[in-house]
Amino acid sequence: MIDLFVRSIFADNLILSFFLGVCTFLAVSKRLDTAVGLGIAVIVVQTITVPLNYLILSRLLAPNAWDWLGLAGVDLTFLSLIAFIGVIAAVVQILEMVLDRFVPALYRALGIFLPLITVNCAILGGSLFMAQRDYDLTESVVFGLGGGIGWALAIMGLAAIRERLNYADIPAGLRGLGMAFIVTGLMSMGFTAFAGVQL
Amino acid sequence: MKRLQHLYAPLVDNNPVTLQILGICSALAVTTSMTTALVMSLALIAVLVASSMIISAIRHHIPSSIRLILQITIIASLVIVADLMIQAFAFDISQRLSIFVGLIVTNCLVLGRAEAFAMRNPVGLSALDALGNGLGYGLVLLIIGFVRELFGAGTLFGQTVFPSVHDGGWFTPLNLMLLAPSAFFLLGLLIWAIRSVRPAQVEPADYEISIEPNRRSP
Repeated sequence: MIDLFVRSIFADNLILSFFLGVCTFLAVSKRLDTAVGLGIAVIVVQTITVPLNYLILSRLLAPNAWDWLGLAGVDLTFLSLIAFIGVIAAVVQILEMVLDRFVPALYRALGIFLPLITVNCAILGGSLFMAQRDYDLTESVVFGLGGGIGWALAIMGLAAIRERLNYADIPAGLRGLGMAFIVTGLMSMGFTAFAGVQL
Repeated sequence: MKRLQHLYAPLVDNNPVTLQILGICSALAVTTSMTTALVMSLALIAVLVASSMIISAIRHHIPSSIRLILQITIIASLVIVADLMIQAFAFDISQRLSIFVGLIVTNCLVLGRAEAFAMRNPVGLSALDALGNGLGYGLVLLIIGFVRELFGAGTLFGQTVFPSVHDGGWFTPLNLMLLAPSAFFLLGLLIWAIRSVRPAQVEPADYEISIEPNRRSP
């Protein structure tokens, strides 16, 4: 369990080894404080949606899930993609309302990032990996949390580096996006070093 | 002539991957070989063109408050079809593409073109715009896939080009090319190359570095 947790943060980092959520990763990493906000939002949404999607997949969509109703042999797994994205959109929407009602300070801090998360590949990718690797309920909680933390760690790292890069003399064509990619590549090389870690 | 502008402008001048930062996730993940890059590009182009045409055709009937969820539902249905087609006709490639065909749903390129173009333009123009953006995306994928497969394994589309040392040839495969970091480096360098040719795409500096001409070092 600890092994899965550590692996999903470092060696199997969603951005740096599976390229999930790179679009948002590059767009929102110009300043450290916004990166922290988005990182926390991803951790929260990922930890909720992966187990929830696991329950939906195993209780409603898996082959023979409807046997108790007398519908033997019904296999709805082809609907999993549309179900996952629906669950993610709904969770984000509900989370937004709940935060607005009970924790307005946090809502104001995360406000603009929550809608962005619906179209973040890292969230959908987490659920799809959960389905592909056949995790059970506890494993999917751990994987969701670890994957979210790994994503947040990477975006905070890149944002911190980019803030310093503002003061560097970079060739004109490489400025901005180009340099962000090179830095991400170097971070990715660093995280590859965790690949052999076993706990 | 003006209409064709929508088709070829996204190829280099307004490329979705290198300039608009759309759809990068899958662009990096599936480029370890040319075959997967090509199949992924074809799947994306099919989904993008179909979704743009459908959304453009019903654009006057979509209430703006639920347009995002409607767009995502249309795109997800098309992606399921594409995914099942690939599984049916090219099963081993679908295994190598793993979850990335499914991730076309959240590919910002598809949703981005639907929202930015197809919602405001007629069907024909939307189809051209979608095709152009899809081809621009595919072009970047194939360039990166070409470099990664050629230098990482010495093959192209699985055919040996450089005989590797394992088979008695002379070429030592660069394993780094098959790992994640090389994809980031290659895309960064590609962006640098494009912006050197087209200086208009260079981003302005956030801070100007002041150089004092007469400063003496202590």
